[in-house]
Parts: sequence; structure tokens; C-alpha cells
Amino acid sequence: MNVTKNARILVFSTVKISDPAIDMAGLLKLHYSPKVYTISVPCSSAVKPRWILRALAKGFDGVFIAADGTDCPYGESCTEKTGEIVKKTHQLMKESNIDPVRLKMAAICSVCSESFIKHINSFNDTLLKLKTTE
Amino acid sequence: MKQRIGVYICHCGGNISDYVDVEMVREAVAHEKGVAIAKTTVFACADSNQKEMVQDIKDNQLDAVVVASCSPKLHEVTFRAVVERAGLNKYNYVHANIREQVSWPHSDNKAGATQKAIQIVRAAIAKVRLSEAIEPLEVDTTQAVLVIGAGIAGMKAAIALSKMGVKVYLVEREHFIGGRIAQWDVLCLTNETGKELVSRLYNEIVSNKNITLYTGAQLIECKGSMGNFAVKLKLNPRYVKDICNDRASLRKAIDVCPVEVPDEFNFGITKRKAIYHNFPGEYPQAAVIDMNSCTRCGLCAKVCDKIDLDMKVEDLELNVGSILVATGFDPYTPAEGEFGYKVIDNVVTLSQFKRLLAFSEPGKLQWKGKPVKNIAYIYCVGSRQVEGENKYCSRYCCTATINTALKANEKFPELNHFHFTRGIRTYGKQEQLYHNASKSGHVFLQSYEDDPSRVERKGDKTIVRINDILTNRKELEVEADLVVLVIGMVPRSNNSVADILKLPRGRDSFFNEIHMKLRPVETVIDGITIAGTCQGPKNVVESINSALSAAIKSYSFVGKDKLMVEPVVAEVDPNLCKWCDKCTRACPFDAIFKNEQGVAHVNDTVCKGCGMCLPVCPTNAIQLKTFTDNEIESMIDVLANEL
Repeated sequence: MNVTKNARILVFSTVKISDPAIDMAGLLKLHYSPKVYTISVPCSSAVKPRWILRALAKGFDGVFIAADGTDCPYGESCTEKTGEIVKKTHQLMKESNIDPVRLKMAAICSVCSESFIKHINSFNDTLLKLKTTE
Repeated sequence: MKQRIGVYICHCGGNISDYVDVEMVREAVAHEKGVAIAKTTVFACADSNQKEMVQDIKDNQLDAVVVASCSPKLHEVTFRAVVERAGLNKYNYVHANIREQVSWPHSDNKAGATQKAIQIVRAAIAKVRLSEAIEPLEVDTTQAVLVIGAGIAGMKAAIALSKMGVKVYLVEREHFIGGRIAQWDVLCLTNETGKELVSRLYNEIVSNKNITLYTGAQLIECKGSMGNFAVKLKLNPRYVKDICNDRASLRKAIDVCPVEVPDEFNFGITKRKAIYHNFPGEYPQAAVIDMNSCTRCGLCAKVCDKIDLDMKVEDLELNVGSILVATGFDPYTPAEGEFGYKVIDNVVTLSQFKRLLAFSEPGKLQWKGKPVKNIAYIYCVGSRQVEGENKYCSRYCCTATINTALKANEKFPELNHFHFTRGIRTYGKQEQLYHNASKSGHVFLQSYEDDPSRVERKGDKTIVRINDILTNRKELEVEADLVVLVIGMVPRSNNSVADILKLPRGRDSFFNEIHMKLRPVETVIDGITIAGTCQGPKNVVESINSALSAAIKSYSFVGKDKLMVEPVVAEVDPNLCKWCDKCTRACPFDAIFKNEQGVAHVNDTVCKGCGMCLPVCPTNAIQLKTFTDNEIESMIDVLANEL
């Protein structure tokens, strides 16, 4: 069992866009770490910084926002707004001496299963390196 | 807080239980706070289990339920209905996805998968424990449907909807309706021509008071949501007033036009003028000027007073309750040199060959002035690609090719047909055509995908070679007068509709349904359905079947003047709000306003539940129903705290 080798990652994904991509990764039997957990929200611009900070405080090594990007069904401002959330949270993390690298965001479209796996694997590697240096 | 929770963990046949120890999951969650019963079930969605759940809820006075099974996209609706049947509020149900996000992606790690499943079910229990009973919101519905695309699927869907008493706006980007069907001659099995089919449907549409048809119309904007979409169309003029009945002057106008461009109706094998009056099978039977090619020389206007080069593009706004998308497909365009395409001059596509047959006079078939006797058909061009992106079978092409070849023989009896296949797929009743062709002397050869047929030029001859697996890989060759590339279907290259409606695409780039078996015409965008070949390759029969399904589904959104919608809306705590205006600026739907008390207030019927207002509030005064801080943070706490 290799679960101990993996970082614990919380993914905020979106019901209509990135959830289908993550589901399809499963359908295609694309493997990733079982330490990756998903909480679905309607839109990536709805993620509150306090949720991210809580996840990090409670033991998650990293938080990944699987953003809607330009595919957001609620409007084109989503990319900018999600970016603002990440910027604001990074600032709060710095103030609390949390390495900002522990929060990552990438746009995951509804068929971006392979891209999701790539992002999550590379985030996993980054977080593991961070743990080693700490 | 819920205190009598029922938890059901599904085997999904073996889809889950082959990789997740479902009994271990059950044991791990059975003693979670508030759990009254925890069961495993072979198929949670089975009718027998649903009945058992209803009985359990009643017998055990359950106040909330969790089902851990497949993606909520498939069965969240099913289980919400189950709890409702047992008298519970459907929002006291939470779905845990342990198939797509556990057993399948972690099939390489059973222990890890089981541990993750336990955590996910615990998180769902934590959420449902805090769930509140909320009632769906009732919104007024616009009892009209926008059907985009007036091909065979769009036309049939429009007619079906109109018969249900719904107002239909049928919108076609081109100036002529009928889509691809209008371009085909005799269709298989029924022996009707595409023209006959289109004529019949067109007459039905124009005589139907419930259908308004717009040609030359493009969707340029869509706002709103299920029940109330506000769409904007751009109406491109024909530059010919009304329907010009003066055929003689119109003919003169076409004759004097100095511009000639490849005719897309005939897939470029003939030319047309910038002003053109399309083929008899195309409706409306009115001329149009192609402004992308027109030089505005004015010669046509001098001979026909119905021509008006100053006609302007108009915008039109419509309100509809549902949108049915039937935008069709593009034929695959082979790359230059692919089986000699555009390099050898007697290599054509199946679409071009069908048009050639349609307008050629009976007798001797000719291509570029030379007689045609031997025809070689190369199958699966642009479909079932080994190296390209199009891994799928295009379904229609084997049948269409054999049907075309058989019909060609009726018009040109001297033709010889050589089919270079990768295995014939004339499924269902269409197999009879294959049988007929074989009996009629058509020669069928077959190659593997890694050893395709080859088209070569040898002197002034075109040779097609194959290592035929039906004769033990013997190399066989045919000297062909015409090579027909049997091209597949690809998604529309110009599909702005998808971008405007934010329609998700599948791996094949066609539009994606929620579930190909269980919800085959619905998209994840509520109120928008898909039909026909925009969803993936289909033949005419299959397109019509999907169109009728989509029509009924769209009707279910607009059939009544009120629609019950998800009450997942934002809510402001007036005691916390200090009114800073940030939420109103963040809301893309203008759903938040300052009320008489001087604090923010959400208009429930306008709010779409996106949650964009949540993170911008400096006092954390806004909560989104079913995604409240308490619910999300309880899930975070559980997921972070592994057992």
C-alpha cells in the first residue's frame, strides 16, 4: 500500500464543469492518489478563503481549486474572481506563516481528466518536497 | 441536527465492491453520530432497493439519508425522489460518490480506495446531519422552446414540441433549412430522397402556427436559466426582398453576377454565383446573396428590382423556457495527401460522390470529363483513427456507402464497385443492403487498422492496393477511375453555440449528455437538451429518435406555467451585513439589492446559486443554502481527520 507516500489534498471542484472531468478520470481508470478528496461547489468563485485555511489548519497538506475558467456557466468573470480568491488567500496564508505553494488553482474543463491528473500529481510532488524540506 | 440517518453503501454490481471493501465501509460508518441504520446493497438504484429504502425510512423514522454509490450526476435525482416518496424533504439527502471518484480511479489500490470511501461517506454523513428541509422555488416559466438547427433533428423536434402545444422558435444559421439531409439523394431502406423528406417537414413547419422559423439566424447571446432564458439572435438578411416570384428576372440577376465561388451544397465540386437560388430541395425557395463573396457591383440589382443590397443585419430578442440544440455535424475533411486527397485528381469524398450522382444524368458516369467504370471506396477515413483524435466509428458511413453504390448501379449499370473496408458495420436492418451488394457482385476487401489501403498514381492511372486479410493478406490492387473516401462525422468546426451556451463536450468533442443511457438528451446545463449528430455520429433514424426524446425532455421544462427550481440560493444574515456593496457587484445576475433596512437582500427567484457573492463579503454575512459554512467545514473536518 503506497498511501503513506502521498500528500493529503483537498480539491474544491465545481458541479457542472470540473466534477465531470474528475468523474471521467475515474471512468477512464486514470489513477491518482487516494489521499485526494473532493468537495463540490457550484462555482469556483464561491470558495471562501476561510474554508481553505481551515482545511490547511486541520491537516490537509494542500488545497487545489479545480476552477471553471472560461467555461463557467455563471459568467465570464469567474476566472478573474477565482483568481482574486487565490490572491487573497495567499496573502492570508503568508500572514499566518503558511507556505502559499500549498494552495494551487488550475482551470479544469469538463473533459480535462488528463489535465486534472497531471496537475494533481505535480501538486502532490510539490507538497511532498515541501514536507521533506520542513 | 439530524439524528436518525440511514446510510446505504452500494456494490454497483462489482464496480465498487471489486475494489472497495463495502462491508468494512459499512462497519466504519455504522457508529457515526446520528446513524440509525447502515446497509450495503448490490444495486442501490434497483427498484427493490428503492422500495426497501422507503420502508426503512418509515419503519425506523429516519430523518436523513446518505447513499454512497456512483456519481451524483446519475442518481442523486433518483434517491432524492426515494426519500420524498417516504415523506422526507429531498434536501435531507446527500449523495456520496464512491465509484467515479473512488473505486474506479483507485482500482490499483484497494486499501487506499476503501479508506477513501470511508472518509467520503463520513463526510456525507456530517453534511446530511446539518442539512435543512428546504422547499423548491416556484418560478414562472416561459412556455416556449428555442430549437437551434433546422436539420432533420431540429425540424422533427420543433414539430413534436408544437404538437404538445408549445411555442417553438426554430432557428437556422444557414439561409436554407434541411441541414445535411437536403444534400442527400435516396436514403437507405425507405427509398425516399432527402429532398422529399425536407419538403414534407418544411410544409408541416410553415403551416404550423406554433412554429416560427428564422433562417440566416445566429445565436449571439444567452442569459438566464431553465424556465427563463433570454436569447439574442442576429438575423442576416437575404438581400432579396420577400420571396421573389419573378423567376425570369431572378434568373437574369444570377446570370449577370460576375462572381463564382465553390458551391458548398455540392461540397465544392461545382461553382455557384454570389447570388444564388438553391436547389429545388432547399427551402425556403428564395434566393440569397452571399455577402462574403459579393463585390457589390450592383449588376444584379439592375435586372431584378427585388434585390436590395442595403438590407441590414437585425437583432432579435426572444424569451424561452428551454433550448434544444440540434446543430449537426461536419463531414470529415481529409488532410492533403490522405489517400491521395487533393493530390490525385480522381480522389473524392463520399459527400462529393453523392452529389455527383445526384446531378449526373443517367447513362455513363463521368468525372472531370473522363468515363468512370471502376470505383474504389476507402472506408473509415477520419473515423476509427489509429493515430488521429477520432477514435470513434461514425456509424452511418458503411451503410451510406453501400446504399449509394447500389443506387449508383440503378442509374449507371456498368459501374464496378470495390470496397476497401476495415470490416463492414451495417448493423440492424441495414445488413440487408450489404447482402444485396454482395449478391450484386460488389467486391469487399478488408485490411487491419495498422495496414491501411494505399492510393497511388502510376503513370496516368490511379491504383488502390490492399493487403487483404480475407485472402490471407494477399496484396490485391484495383485500377480505379474514381476513388471515394468514405469520410466520417466530426463536430461542427464553427460552433459558437457551444461557447455561448457553455455546453460541455465529450472526449470526442461532440456535445456531452449527462449519461448516455440514463439521461441521454440532457446536458449539465439545466433546461438545455441536445439532439441529433451534434451529440455524436448517428444515422437519420437515430437522429430522429434522439430529437423526439429531447423534445419531450424540453417540454418537461416548459409544459406548465410554473417550474420548480432548486432552492440553492444565497441568504444574507441582516445582523452581520454592514452594506458595502461588494456582493451586489460580484453578483452576475443582479439578484442582490439594498433593502429598506439598509442591508443586502437576495431576490430568490433571480439568484442562480453560483455563490460568487460568498467570498467577497467582509463580514461573512452570506451563506449559500446546502453549501453553508457549517456544512462545508464539517466535511473538511471529517476528511482531514482520517480514521
